[in-house]
Amino acid sequence: MTDSVRTQTSQRVLGLHAVFVYVFFYAPILILVVFSFSGDRLVGRWGGFTFDWYGEFLDNEQLTAFHDGAIWTSLKVAAVSTVIAVVLGTLAALSLERFRFRGQRVFDALLYLPIIIPDVTMGIMMLIFFSEAITFADTYLGFEFAKGLKTVVISHIAFNISFVSVVVRARLAGMDSRLEEAAMDLYATRWQTFAHVTFPQILPGVLGGALLALTLSLDDVVVTQFAAGPGATTLPVFVFSLIRRGVTPMINAVSVVMLVASLLLIALMLLADGLRSVADKSS
Amino acid sequence: MTAAVELMGITKRFGDVVAVDAIDLAIEDGEFFAMLGPSGCGKTTTLRMIAGLDFPTEGSLKIFGDEVGTLPPNKRPVNTVFQSYALFPHMNVLDNVAFGLRMQGLSKSAARASSVEAIELVQLAGMEARMPSQMSGGQQQRVALARALVNKPKVLLLDEPLGALDLKLRQEMQGELKRLQQELGVSFVFVTHDQEEALTMSDRIAVMNQGELLQVGTPEDIYEHPANRFVADFIGQTNLLEGTVEDSSTVCLANGARVQARSDKAVGTSVAVSLRPERAHIAAQGSVDERPAVDGVVDHMTYLGNARVYRVRLDWMEVEVREENRPGAELHEPGTPVSVWWDPGAVWVVGDE
Ligand SMILES: Nc1ncnc2c1ncn2[C@@H]1O[C@H](COP(=O)(O)OP(=O)(O)OP(=O)(O)O)[C@@H](O)[C@H]1O
Ligand SMILES: [Mg+2]
Repeated sequence: MTDSVRTQTSQRVLGLHAVFVYVFFYAPILILVVFSFSGDRLVGRWGGFTFDWYGEFLDNEQLTAFHDGAIWTSLKVAAVSTVIAVVLGTLAALSLERFRFRGQRVFDALLYLPIIIPDVTMGIMMLIFFSEAITFADTYLGFEFAKGLKTVVISHIAFNISFVSVVVRARLAGMDSRLEEAAMDLYATRWQTFAHVTFPQILPGVLGGALLALTLSLDDVVVTQFAAGPGATTLPVFVFSLIRRGVTPMINAVSVVMLVASLLLIALMLLADGLRSVADKSS
Repeated sequence: MTAAVELMGITKRFGDVVAVDAIDLAIEDGEFFAMLGPSGCGKTTTLRMIAGLDFPTEGSLKIFGDEVGTLPPNKRPVNTVFQSYALFPHMNVLDNVAFGLRMQGLSKSAARASSVEAIELVQLAGMEARMPSQMSGGQQQRVALARALVNKPKVLLLDEPLGALDLKLRQEMQGELKRLQQELGVSFVFVTHDQEEALTMSDRIAVMNQGELLQVGTPEDIYEHPANRFVADFIGQTNLLEGTVEDSSTVCLANGARVQARSDKAVGTSVAVSLRPERAHIAAQGSVDERPAVDGVVDHMTYLGNARVYRVRLDWMEVEVREENRPGAELHEPGTPVSVWWDPGAVWVVGDE
């Protein structure tokens, strides 16, 4: 009797908890979306339904200009840094899981650093590193390079390698290494073994890592701000600067677009997850 | 004739662990060769060195006369059936089986044609499109077998291939493996820790313990004339009556009794007289004369249907006696004083070495 009362109470508490969680999660999102359609100049005051802010957003050259608008910059940075980080991160994961070499422990520990150190520290490190590198290149190597898109890409690669390699490693660790031995026993060279057995097995991990890298790159404000130079304003950095200049509901519109893009990415990630569990079921 | 596989002084160390200790072994072409031993004795390690998945720390390894010491696995004319099967989970049965041929450069169609044949050989025709996850353990085992056999290896290595199967399927597969081996005429090197399996299937057996090779011989050799205490105890059941050699035909047992038993061990060596339960007989005390015997009391009896197994307590140990369940066989109740006797030629003397 008392037991069932207790379960009833605890169920009610849990239910209430769920409601709170959902309110905290989704109310801000809802408010954001609703006010992106509000006709009033003040954020948070309803002024009738309008698409004006989306229009203003589309007309804003700094945001949408082909090639050097913030959206394009963000996409370029994300695409390039993701591809490079996925290749390097996967290689790092393979070397750590499949080979034994001198200094492996140290390499292993250092690889996690970008995940645990605060963004601000990472940003400042990048800032100092690039200014030193620029001076060095200028005085000793005799060529000039300046902070810009390249430095942003490099900084994004730097933190994304860690995330990719962690995800890929988890997948590799779960893979039966006897599969690789079986392949070699069946006359596959090392490379063929990788191409026909290892890679298909870790593919879901690689895809997951890529999506994670893409999201992190598209999201990043702090590190980017330190590493960026003129002409390298990404979307989140631009939004951030808009807020400093005074908030208009166009920010809402921009944010909704970013939100939708993120949701699409999450949907893709879930899809990759689905692939992974299919692969798991068959192993 | 050159041996299919020849190991000379092969040693494998993992750090401080000596997994395989200076083994000399020659496996003939076309023989069914079993490697038998308790868990951790180095069977898998030996097999892996033949396959090229591990390299020996010391010694020389030849396959059909060619030194292969550090040749990678893809360059050796041997294939392995792994204990866990290790089928590629992302490929269907046909692609799994065709893998080896494809890697050797065969065209897709040629590889597929041979693979379909191999799949038929292991009686899985019609299952080509299945994924490994959609098959039973026994079927996966056959796929693993087909995947290795399709390459026509000169030597097939099998690491406890039947370990994961239930008894009935196991017996079925034992017959099938033997049939395949005879049909194909290639050497099978078969690792197992099931001594019955080794005895029934093999042409020759190697018994290992703690990285050492203790004895190599035909099943009959090994059962009838075990090289030492360990082999006698490990292969089949036996009673080991401790004693010392008195002369070439007498052993003095621990209780002082002298029994007739031939041995070539030095006088005074401590040995054991191995008496198989089915070679021992039981009779009322005092009714045995001339034949070697020891006295004891029946402790208990287990009824097996086709036989009765008596445990008889002697002064210094217990022995097991297995009497066939023949009509008119005498029964001995627990507590009865009895003699355990045997024919002089029924025992075999073993030492530590
Ligand atoms: N990679 C390794 N690193 C360290 N020790 C190992 C390694 N592989 C095997 N060993 C050790 O070598 C010894 C022999 O192992 P092996 O796998 O050959 O035994 P096995 O006879 O196949 O046993 P089982 O019947 O349990 O499969 C064991 O003591 C094992 O712990
Ligand atoms: Mg083993």
